[in-house]
Amino acid sequence: MGSTGSTAATRSEDWDIVLVPRQEWWRIDLKEFWHYRDLVRLMAHRDITAQYKQTVLGPLWHVIQPLTTTFTFAFIFGKAAGLSPPDVPAILFYLSGIVSWNYFAGVINRTSKTFVGGANVMSKVYFPRLVVPVSMTLSSLVSYLIQLATFLLFYFTYWVKGPVKWHLSPWVAAMPLLILMMAALGLGVGVLVSSMTTKYRDLSFLVGFGVQLLMYASPVIMPLDRLAKVPWLLRIFKLNPMTPVIEATRAIFFGKPIDWAGLGYTAVVTAVVVGVGLMVFHRVERSFADIV
Amino acid sequence: MSADDPHVIEVEDLRKSYRLGVIGGATLGDELRVLWASLRGRPNPLAPLDADADDQRSGDLFWALRGVTFEVRRGEILGIIGKNGAGKSTLLKLLSRITTPTQGVVRMKGRVSSLLEVGTGFNPELTGRENIYLNGTILGMKIAEIDRKLDEIIAFSGIQHHIDTPTKRYSSGMKVRLGFAVAAHLEPEIMIIDEVLAVGDAEFQRKCLGKMKDVAGSGRTVLFVSHNMVAVQSLCSRVIWLQDGKLIMDGPPDEVVKKYLHTYTVQRAEATWPEGTAPGREDLDLVRVALAHDAGEGVLTIDDPFRISIRFRNQAVESGDITVGIHLINDDDVLVFNSNYRDEPTAQQMFPIGEHTVECPVPGGLLNDGDYRVTVNVIRNGRFYFRVEETISFTLQEAKRRGTFFRSHGGVIRPRLPWRKVD
Repeated sequence: MGSTGSTAATRSEDWDIVLVPRQEWWRIDLKEFWHYRDLVRLMAHRDITAQYKQTVLGPLWHVIQPLTTTFTFAFIFGKAAGLSPPDVPAILFYLSGIVSWNYFAGVINRTSKTFVGGANVMSKVYFPRLVVPVSMTLSSLVSYLIQLATFLLFYFTYWVKGPVKWHLSPWVAAMPLLILMMAALGLGVGVLVSSMTTKYRDLSFLVGFGVQLLMYASPVIMPLDRLAKVPWLLRIFKLNPMTPVIEATRAIFFGKPIDWAGLGYTAVVTAVVVGVGLMVFHRVERSFADIV
Repeated sequence: MSADDPHVIEVEDLRKSYRLGVIGGATLGDELRVLWASLRGRPNPLAPLDADADDQRSGDLFWALRGVTFEVRRGEILGIIGKNGAGKSTLLKLLSRITTPTQGVVRMKGRVSSLLEVGTGFNPELTGRENIYLNGTILGMKIAEIDRKLDEIIAFSGIQHHIDTPTKRYSSGMKVRLGFAVAAHLEPEIMIIDEVLAVGDAEFQRKCLGKMKDVAGSGRTVLFVSHNMVAVQSLCSRVIWLQDGKLIMDGPPDEVVKKYLHTYTVQRAEATWPEGTAPGREDLDLVRVALAHDAGEGVLTIDDPFRISIRFRNQAVESGDITVGIHLINDDDVLVFNSNYRDEPTAQQMFPIGEHTVECPVPGGLLNDGDYRVTVNVIRNGRFYFRVEETISFTLQEAKRRGTFFRSHGGVIRPRLPWRKVD
């Protein structure tokens, strides 16, 4: 098997496409993917417009959901349980966490359906399959940016209204990098899951619920300093690669020291997840039409 | 196109197997064994033992392609023919990169566009115009490129008036027009077309064929799969014939198509029974049922007359009042006609002891194309005596008489009637 042992291959002709049974798992054709960038754009655009096509409130839904959750959290965990930190308004604290988490979870949930959802088109026409999850990640970004703007609106309202105990860190300039890391992490996990769901459909159920569960092991609800007395729980929280991202976001907006080691950990996890995800995805995309 | 033109496709010992039965049924345990073996650099312990098995089924694998080798030169229009299940679709899926080979290599040069199914990649909610962009980019075009060709594509599709209607309201004919229009304007170096002519009207078919010829004429290459031999013959410059996953003939269209049709035209042209096994009754049975025609080595088309002859044996004590009849039954199990020997008023009625042959000539230009089978009825002394189902079977092929319309005509029969102008 493999591409070896063929005499014709020794002729040095430049073939554009060579199809062989097994391809090295690292050989991901990024050049080809780049060629299809217009498709990424178009699919992302279609995603955004199609989402709210027959709704009354349209894009307002991007805002309604996180705000409702924020108010709920602020009431239950902030007011009733007294968990939110004292120096930051509960609304801002929860909103900042929820906005980031929504993006991460949204990307995973959507990209994990790449193969199963796209089976119909993919079993009939070729294009780099990676186009689908990447375009989903991009279209989710629009929703994230709308939510981020909502957060900023609240943020500056508080700022203008009254004396605040916090300030904006100059590291706000590095926000795009944080967003990129979140996107890559979500995409990596989603792509990994979608590759595995072609064989094990159970995973798709597990993912929706697992991501939800994972949120409770992140500082979205529970500020890390509240966990100082429960070191084992804190360790679990810190294992979650989203924890440093959420912490860093809050550190930026509320002027606190940034946990660089934590971010370094997330960067490594992201690189590994994306690397493994792409490899597995690449393997599956070649044979997936036979399985589905 | 000449023999000096460079190869744009090379297919070498191409094999493809599919797992039969439960798909993805490997257990986690099996997968761990495979993983363990590959980590130690050992061969896959669960790999098929004998990939070259002569059997199309080996173990729980089905070999859809079993070592296909051919090459295509620039500018050729290569026809691919074969019965259903011969491996044509698998070959196209491999060439259009939807799936990967199990063994062997495919090498291609340039942009490949494939049109495997009507409106593939169309989003039903989007309008025709939006779908041109979506479909075009799926096929690898740039948005700027589509912008440039948009008017041409819309004009070619012939659905200008509905271009801003969601495609879910399109008929299948409209979808295929639009799909073909996009694929044809991709300017691919290699264009793969599967049975598109099955839909669409005559005028659009003419356009498609013209476009395919243009594509080939401008130094690009077309792979064309069709069950319509007339279309294959008039369009292709070379034909390959697949059967049971193997390439069994490769050559000029006329030769390959003739051989192909001949192989499949006459499925069972003659039925004979040795003494003692003949169907019927003790005193009266059948000896032979046969199809005869003058089409020779060639194929029987709807324009060729043919004869069905029936030989029977009367072993009764005296001569009997015997008649035989046939039921001609088509693909759809429809009785096309029921004809009796006695329908001819001058026919001899009494048959002495011995063997007799009667013949029913069927004129050309009467039946539609398709597969037929013949049931024989025997009547004795005015009463139904016995029936033998499906004695012989045969196929009538489309004749080249009706222009460039390559879609099968409707109707149980297709008589050639003497139309004329009266005013």
